[in-house]
Amino acid sequence: MSGHHDDAPIAAQVRGLEALLEDRGLVDARELDRALEAFLAGSSPAGAARAVARAWTDDDFRRRLLDDANAALPEVRLSMGGGLQEQRLKVVENTAAVHNVIVCTLCSCYPIAVLGPSPTWYKSEAYRSRVVRDPRGVLAEFEFDPGPDVEITVWDASAESRYMVLPRRPEGTEPLDEAELAALVTRNGLIGVAAV
Amino acid sequence: MRFTPGDRVRTTRADPPHHTRVPRYARGAVGVVLEPQGVHPVADDRARGLQTPPEPVYTVRFTACELFGDGDHHVTLDVWERHLDPERS
Repeated sequence: MSGHHDDAPIAAQVRGLEALLEDRGLVDARELDRALEAFLAGSSPAGAARAVARAWTDDDFRRRLLDDANAALPEVRLSMGGGLQEQRLKVVENTAAVHNVIVCTLCSCYPIAVLGPSPTWYKSEAYRSRVVRDPRGVLAEFEFDPGPDVEITVWDASAESRYMVLPRRPEGTEPLDEAELAALVTRNGLIGVAAV
Repeated sequence: MRFTPGDRVRTTRADPPHHTRVPRYARGAVGVVLEPQGVHPVADDRARGLQTPPEPVYTVRFTACELFGDGDHHVTLDVWERHLDPERS
């Protein structure tokens, strides 16, 4: 299992390469920042929250999202194609019987294109190593208890797929419209460490 | 595609001296194939600069008991075909 990357040799190499490319005039000093900003601008949990709200209000969309998320995402103006190549997204649905949690134990794979940058704790060795071993204990530290009768599945993104949780629609939200429902959805809910 | 959903498989026990996408906690463990994910470049090879053809990847579901000896949850992993062997029921 790899550790934190900020002070890793590879990070220093990337900084060195960036400085060299700028010195030689091969990239503009702000070009990389602009490319990164453009990638991240379209990706925040707001997009995924929109998909969740649509799934809660449109059962056909919910089925399409669960069957083939990449094909369904454009319906809510989302795409997994923001990076070098389109990544497969698998949406896993919480039910009364099953609660899902996502992790990448080997590094920090995360559906950045639809959720935005991952929270720092998601990349910590503590979360990555413990959530596969003792998900109930980890969820308790997030002050979340799915209930003793609810089965937990932890999805370890160890290859090319990325995962996102479809939380259960909270009770008593029948009067809310799609935008109001989307506002209820949190990043933690989409990772599976919160109910919504 | 060597496996189909429902097949019982065992992950490799190999502990290579290079990068591998089989996490240590899931080596030599028996699980059930949930779904195929298509073919993908093999990360174990790419990390060593080897040009090998893409291979099938499967989502495999394990019980916590199988992986850790106790626990009531499940863990799913995405595993390249070369790291899986058929396991008799």
